[in-house]
Amino acid sequence: MAAITGVLARPTSYAGIWGWMTTVDHKRIAVLYGVTAVIFLLIGGVEAGFLRMQLASADNDFMGPARFNQLFTMHATTMIFMVIMPLSVSFFNFVVPLAIGARDVAFPRLNALSYWIFLFGALIMHMSFLVGQVPDAGWFSYANLTEKPFSIDRGLDYWAIGLLVMGAASVAGALNFVVTIINMRAPGMSMMRMPVFVWMTLITSILLVLAFPVITVGLIELTMDRNFGTHFFIPAEGGDPILWQHLFWVFGHPEVYILILPAMGIVSEIFPVFSGKPLFGYPFIVFSGIVIGIMGWAVWSHHMFTVGLGPVANSVFTITTMLIAVPTGVKIFNWIGTLWRGAIEFTTAMMFALGFIALFIIGGLSGISHAISPSDFQQQDTYYIVAHIHYVLFGGSIFGAFAGLYYWYPKLTGKMLDETLGKLNFWLMFIGMNLTFFPMHFLGLNGMPRRIYTYTAEFGWENLNRLASLGYIVLFFAFLVFIYNLWQTRNSRRVSHDPWDALGLEWSIASPPPAYNFAEIPQVEGLDQYWIMKERARAAGTPLTEPEALVDPSSIHMPSPSYWPIFTAVGVALIGGGLLSHYAISFLGGAIAMIGVIGWGNEPAAAPSEHH
Amino acid sequence: MAHAVEPEYTTTGLSHRKMLMWVFLGSDCLFFGALIATYMVYRGQSLVGPYPIDIISVPVTTISTFVLLMSSFAMVQALAATNADNKRGIVGWLLATAFLGAIFIGFQVFEFNSFKNEGLTLGGNLFGASFFTLTGFHGAHVTLGIIWLLAMAIMAAKGRVGPKTALDVELLGLYWHFVDIVWIVIFTLLYLIGGFDAGPLVPPGG
Repeated sequence: MAAITGVLARPTSYAGIWGWMTTVDHKRIAVLYGVTAVIFLLIGGVEAGFLRMQLASADNDFMGPARFNQLFTMHATTMIFMVIMPLSVSFFNFVVPLAIGARDVAFPRLNALSYWIFLFGALIMHMSFLVGQVPDAGWFSYANLTEKPFSIDRGLDYWAIGLLVMGAASVAGALNFVVTIINMRAPGMSMMRMPVFVWMTLITSILLVLAFPVITVGLIELTMDRNFGTHFFIPAEGGDPILWQHLFWVFGHPEVYILILPAMGIVSEIFPVFSGKPLFGYPFIVFSGIVIGIMGWAVWSHHMFTVGLGPVANSVFTITTMLIAVPTGVKIFNWIGTLWRGAIEFTTAMMFALGFIALFIIGGLSGISHAISPSDFQQQDTYYIVAHIHYVLFGGSIFGAFAGLYYWYPKLTGKMLDETLGKLNFWLMFIGMNLTFFPMHFLGLNGMPRRIYTYTAEFGWENLNRLASLGYIVLFFAFLVFIYNLWQTRNSRRVSHDPWDALGLEWSIASPPPAYNFAEIPQVEGLDQYWIMKERARAAGTPLTEPEALVDPSSIHMPSPSYWPIFTAVGVALIGGGLLSHYAISFLGGAIAMIGVIGWGNEPAAAPSEHH
Repeated sequence: MAHAVEPEYTTTGLSHRKMLMWVFLGSDCLFFGALIATYMVYRGQSLVGPYPIDIISVPVTTISTFVLLMSSFAMVQALAATNADNKRGIVGWLLATAFLGAIFIGFQVFEFNSFKNEGLTLGGNLFGASFFTLTGFHGAHVTLGIIWLLAMAIMAAKGRVGPKTALDVELLGLYWHFVDIVWIVIFTLLYLIGGFDAGPLVPPGG
């Protein structure tokens, strides 16, 4: 085994592409996740553009139904699993170790492994475009549409295997964050002194760890149905397609909170900073997050009201769904309480956070309207639902993520995104978003079903659809402004380490943070530690204007880069790829992964150093 | 695996790796939970035979269950030997654990084979599909555990396992005992309770 370790000598360079491929630094992994997510945002966005182009006029023949099915399936799957989730994980990676006063995550190499497996899973799924066999059964791929007789090409195999691989990455990443948050807090940082974003990361990670195994089983059963002759979801053979729906939504509803809780954490960091006062009702926000995390497991059948589970099941899930609106409402009132009589600064980050509240409330209200099961019978599978999910996922998750991007960008790079461009970005996105998705409420109530590729003019849906497509163009410009804003920072001047007068520990160190984060692990005395430190310094007449002094990096022992995470990830990806092509490749992948694990086990987490 | 010598600072005092293993086992509970749920939902729903009563042999599997339980005993002994720094004991008990695990897998191979010969296949009916999927994934867990045990035994033979690295053996033990406990649930539900099911319990759709 020592020989295997010897084959791949420890990487020593931190520069260039190899530096990125072997990095175990949580900040660089955050950049990898973030850049990947933005690229997929473009891909998913272009897919949406084609959909809107097709629907812009009645009886359109821009594309046929088959292509339309593929595009809406890949649009949703990409946006959920390859945009919002990696964006959240990017924030987890960048912010959490800094916010809890740690030098890295608990398992830096496992963290790198998660990223590479995620990337390869996403690529496996997108390879379906190259072979022209694209998944086409919607993002929740209801059985038995997904079974062989109805879906003959291999598109759904790409979908299932891609999600299985990405699921492994999500669970590995989430395990890491649970341990990091519980076990690596700086001395004095009790649970109730943790920043809200860290709390939401913890809850999200626990949800990921527990929810993904359920969809994993569903996907395994689907794969077996399609490839190994089982009949789990084929009614003709006694199978039950409803079981797929249960497995999917037992995962799928916690997944909804996996998507939104990080955004709630981000805005909870932003409101106090730009209101100039501490977060109102911190324990209420934390505990309502916990309650959402628990109750998120008891509402899944509200996705299945029209399945025919019976009045008892529908009533129970109506009640639990209405109850879960309560902790969400508690949070919203606490955010408003934070704003109340604050010295509000309308920075771009703040505007996106305010946009989050406004849009998320609209999405929440339409959500309540289909929590009522009789009312849901009217709305099921119409554009009303499409409007709802875009208000909570675009207006919620994506606005939260943009707020976080504008807020933490100066910490990540030492440079500020341009505020004027940022505000243009915000207004284009806010207007475009409402223009695109608000008309969909009316379309849905007027009976337009989701997932139809065209409609005839006599339904009277054309004007509102045209408005929605117009909104898409505005959104696309918003995206371009955002990319240009990122691009132009290459010339902009450096800003101070604490440009927002912020409250978290991450702002007490230099921007961009040194590889070791904290030269000295801070001692935490309360919530909003950096405000406490700044306040004390101000009272003593020596205001704190400088970040923690830099030290010689070689004096701090950090985990060294490693080849094994990407090596092992290639093995895992080949196991999945083999299931789609030739089983021999799966065995090869298994062997590579095994060698990777052995090499990994024999490699010390950190290279030996004389300072040790 | 054998390099965790310096004690690391942790907030809770529990090592990172031990916490990771516990949270992972929590995740694995949901994995087996969903597979078991599938089996229970489809219990008595097969339209055609063979049904459990036709092929399940409780006595045979009781023996293999006993063997697997005894492997947990050997695992405990391996950890005790590690803490006592008894190199021969570590290697011996780790190999004993792996051996007992391998016997269990041998029984499973025999069982799968004889079931196949009696007409139970993945595609034949829902019982076959859910039975093979659930017990197959459990068997895969046991197999992975055996590989891990053998790797640990090789390291122990090289003198790289001892009280300082007892955590490595302890984590392996946690995993092994977990897989064992899962089997107890499976054995109870699929053999002791479900093993006597004959034919559809309720008419399809009823």
